[in-house]
Amino acid sequence: MAADFGQFFLNSLPNLLSGLGYTLLLTFISIAVGFCLGIVLALGRVYGTKVVNGFCVGYIELIRGTPLLVQLFIIYFGLPTIGIIFTPLQAALIGLALNSGAYQAEYLRGSIQSVESGQMNAARSLGMNKLQSIRHVILPQALRISIPAWSNEFIYLLQYSSIAYIIQVTELTAEGKFIAAHTFRYLEVFAMIAVIYLILTIVSTEIIDRIAKRLSIPGIGAATRISLRDM
Amino acid sequence: MTMLEVKDIYKSYGDVHILNGVSFTMKKDETKVIIGPSGTGKSTLLRCINQLSPPDKGQVWLNGEEITNPKSNINKLREKIGFVFQDFNLFNHLTALRNVSIGLEKVKKIEKEAAYKRAMEELTRVGLAAQAAQYPAQLSGGQKQRVGIARALAMDPDLILFDEPTSALDPELIGDVLDVMKSLCGKVAMLVVTHEMGFARNVADEIIFMEGGVIVEQGSPKEMFTNAKMARTREFLGRIGALYGDEEGG
Ligand SMILES: Nc1ncnc2c1ncn2[C@@H]1O[C@H](COP(=O)(O)OP(=O)(O)OP(=O)(O)O)[C@@H](O)[C@H]1O
Ligand SMILES: [Mg+2]
Repeated sequence: MAADFGQFFLNSLPNLLSGLGYTLLLTFISIAVGFCLGIVLALGRVYGTKVVNGFCVGYIELIRGTPLLVQLFIIYFGLPTIGIIFTPLQAALIGLALNSGAYQAEYLRGSIQSVESGQMNAARSLGMNKLQSIRHVILPQALRISIPAWSNEFIYLLQYSSIAYIIQVTELTAEGKFIAAHTFRYLEVFAMIAVIYLILTIVSTEIIDRIAKRLSIPGIGAATRISLRDM
Repeated sequence: MTMLEVKDIYKSYGDVHILNGVSFTMKKDETKVIIGPSGTGKSTLLRCINQLSPPDKGQVWLNGEEITNPKSNINKLREKIGFVFQDFNLFNHLTALRNVSIGLEKVKKIEKEAAYKRAMEELTRVGLAAQAAQYPAQLSGGQKQRVGIARALAMDPDLILFDEPTSALDPELIGDVLDVMKSLCGKVAMLVVTHEMGFARNVADEIIFMEGGVIVEQGSPKEMFTNAKMARTREFLGRIGALYGDEEGG
């Protein structure tokens, strides 16, 4: 039985690795693009004019108010009816990135607003313009504060990228389904898949934690809570 | 020569009139102290001067240039006006050294090495060379405020605005900050809102007493403490003297 499973695992490995590759691709690209989008939206919400702010709120509410699956269906099945055609991978990347952008915008807005207003006053008093103040004073603090929320978003994306299998992206879950359908060993296949997600989650949490520690500054964000607990 | 001219400043928040026509002037390197009851608009006045809260009416001139003119380059003018805050407002993510150097680097576009060198000189001047690598959260209140002063000084301002620089400090830390401020006397113009009567009496060239959004009376410390014309001034100075003591400082 054990030897049999070992053989089965080895046989499945090429498919699993290929799926894993797509899962990581989906996760990394959509978290990165979503981050850039999130920063722009968050800054628009906090510092934008009424119109800019309204536009950002509209986008964020639209995305957060509708299921990711529906968004993917619109991009993959809906848009072709008006002549905009994407491959499954493209559609999944666009959908996940647009979706993650809205959520990241809200985390980032929260952390930008948690930087005391005195920081902006001090920056402006030195003669920095608004953009310089945001770039050199507000964001370095806000981004550090948002690392824990961002870590959750990463893990969320890692796992929810599996939804892309519904539009035929051959990521990890889709490969699992493929193997299972041909071997009927559903339990073993999805147990393997579950373990892979679990390992990915543990490893990425650990890596993000290390990055956070390395970037941490006494008195900012997570570091404050830790030092308070230590006291 | 007049360096700063504040001319008939009005400021309201909503329906509440905070400043109701404030005018005064300052000469180069002069020290003036503003005193007055809480809520009188002292902080608002300082914020009107450097345009953190632009006034509704009136003008502010610095070295013949009108700060309040929307056409003037406010960022350029703010380089010349330091601001020291009651609650310090040091940049939390930067070391003491970089708190002082960042204005030189990003605003004055001075090279990093030179900016660090200048920042170190200013930290030394306020007695904090040894704390250069520490973050604000690792400094005492008095140390934070001295970094705040060094940060303002590094920009070579013509004028530094101090908004109650010692009122968030434990009593035993106030002296260090006041000593630094005294050492600046006559080297840069200072406009100081404070309840430290010892400082006002011994260091100020002039004391301005504000109440209800206007200047009630102004004069040399000697006139104000011994011979104030307005009953209101005498009453306030008596009360504040009893509260904070006007002995210390020198
Ligand atoms: N941004 C603001 N919006 C609304 N009201 C404000 C604002 N800033 C200040 N005020 C009000 O203006 C009044 C004057 O405030 P200000 O801080 O200038 O007084 P102050 O003389 O500095 O008092 P204190 O000695 O307590 O610092 C206060 O009643 C305050 O509540
Ligand atoms: Mg005040």
